Amino acid sequence: MTAALFVFYVLALVTVAAAVMVIAARNPVHSVLFLILAFFNSAGLLILIGAELVGMLLVVVYVGAVAVLFMFVVMMLDINFVQLREGFLQYLPLGALVGLILLLELVMVIGTRAVPTTVAAMPQATPPGVNNTEALGRLLYTDYFYLFQAAGVILLVAIIGAITLTLRHRPDARRQDIAAQVHRRPQDTLEVRKVRPRSGI
Amino acid sequence: MSFPIPLSHYLVLAAVLFTIGVFGIFLNRKNVIVILMSIELLLLAININFVAFSAYLGDLAGQVFALFVLTVAAAEAAIGLAIVVVYFRNRGSIEVEDIHLMRG
Repeated sequence: MTAALFVFYVLALVTVAAAVMVIAARNPVHSVLFLILAFFNSAGLLILIGAELVGMLLVVVYVGAVAVLFMFVVMMLDINFVQLREGFLQYLPLGALVGLILLLELVMVIGTRAVPTTVAAMPQATPPGVNNTEALGRLLYTDYFYLFQAAGVILLVAIIGAITLTLRHRPDARRQDIAAQVHRRPQDTLEVRKVRPRSGI
Repeated sequence: MSFPIPLSHYLVLAAVLFTIGVFGIFLNRKNVIVILMSIELLLLAININFVAFSAYLGDLAGQVFALFVLTVAAAEAAIGLAIVVVYFRNRGSIEVEDIHLMRG
């Protein structure tokens, strides 16, 4: 067993264990933390086969953005998590059955396709003399340029959608209205009254 | 020296991760947040598959596609969590079984 295989097994085992804990943890905060662990380990797995950019982006995007977003929402909402666990075991047999069948089918598909079991050399998708990031950039900004722009549009739509969904207008909040302030005229707000001595208004 | 990790290792790992994700959706029928996390696990398994095939077949297109999957996953998480927040604000709970009340 060489070092690479050992590293693969360690990373894969931790990834699978963390994924199991994501769906089995009692506290959703722990679920998010295990999700982060799973993402870190799968980033290591991707780097192991030479996909440095995707592995690092997995850390940046998933751990840095998505998992933190999850953490915010879990901690922001005041949820009774014990109540949410009710009926947990009710779906266990059905879920286990579906999962088992799915896993068997997937592994059988992999088995029948006669995947070569030995690899002659370190798998390398990038052409020689170019690093992974540069090669991906060359592809992304030429062949896949329209798809790249479409991905940007998707992110823009996601931003606008998330903001419009969660923005709320509270009628009782008192906000500054600069236009109304500028347009105030003295005759609308000031009133001159005749005050007789010793009587007040 | 031959590279010791065959492609099938990565494929089986991705299959196991995918199964765990599907299982999580079945198991946590009430908690929307954990369901969203399970969907992230599914997308992670897909990404591992894409990158593994890309590396072992020597074609970078798979890694480009993995980047797009990453983009869509981030957008999906943002929108999904926004919906969860709005739903919680309106109903005071995030139980999935209440959501059928939302129709119409």
